[in-house]
Amino acid sequence: MNCESQKLLKEISILDFAVTEITLFLDTHPCNQEAMRYFTYYNRLKKDKMKEYADMYGPLTLAFAQQTGNDFLWTTQPWPWEGGME
Amino acid sequence: MWDYEKRLQYPVNIKTPNARLAQYIISQYGGPDGELGASMRYLSQRYASPYREVSALLTDIGTEELSHFEMVGTIVHQLTRNLSMEEIERSGFGPYYIDHTIGIWPQAAGGVPFNACEFQSKGDIITDLHENLAAEQKARTTYDNILRVIDDPDVADPIRFLREREIVHFQRFGEGLRRVQEDLDPKNFYMYNPGFDRCPK
Repeated sequence: MNCESQKLLKEISILDFAVTEITLFLDTHPCNQEAMRYFTYYNRLKKDKMKEYADMYGPLTLAFAQQTGNDFLWTTQPWPWEGGME
Repeated sequence: MWDYEKRLQYPVNIKTPNARLAQYIISQYGGPDGELGASMRYLSQRYASPYREVSALLTDIGTEELSHFEMVGTIVHQLTRNLSMEEIERSGFGPYYIDHTIGIWPQAAGGVPFNACEFQSKGDIITDLHENLAAEQKARTTYDNILRVIDDPDVADPIRFLREREIVHFQRFGEGLRRVQEDLDPKNFYMYNPGFDRCPK
């Protein structure tokens, strides 16, 4: 995990948080046009960043997993709970 | 069905192990007001909801709770990494260690195993939504209790995030309940099950 991949992962987490929040709001306000525009905008940004991350560092979901080199990166890359090691 | 994203909802990077805190925080993994019970509660209640908006809320919050379950598991895992036998014994983590080494297992802080009786799925959307409002408040209280005994900012930061999510979920469930109440038959003054007792006798 290098600094640049951490930065990109943080951007994804921020975008995903916006998507999660607006989704819960839309669950109870399904006709709110402004919320729908917000959802569409941030959901697309998140998807683009997920693709960018997969191309550079490996997939975050199986939907973005692809053949690169000899390893299946989904399997060989660190798991999310491995953070915090010095 | 579900997709797994290989990342935490909010980062957890704990550098210093602390078995005493792990023993407390495991309660939000498998305790009476923990994330496992929260997720199972909402995901189980969805089927009997006669309102699509409420089913959506239960699905999306139930899914988010699974990511909180993973965050709490990560916190406990990182708090119990690289412990000496002396630290394990001194911290009160000994009984857990004997049964699970440092594997993650759903139990309450006091050692009571996770049990489905810690949540309900009553088949009555008004009853269920009231349970959910209480559940979010109980989880928030537990996180407040945990925050009072934490002295490490690496642990407090993700716990504060989880606490805030309880507050947001409480708000959204309140809106869900209002949605159901607005749709009730005005003669159903005491809010009997609007999904099951559709035809008054």
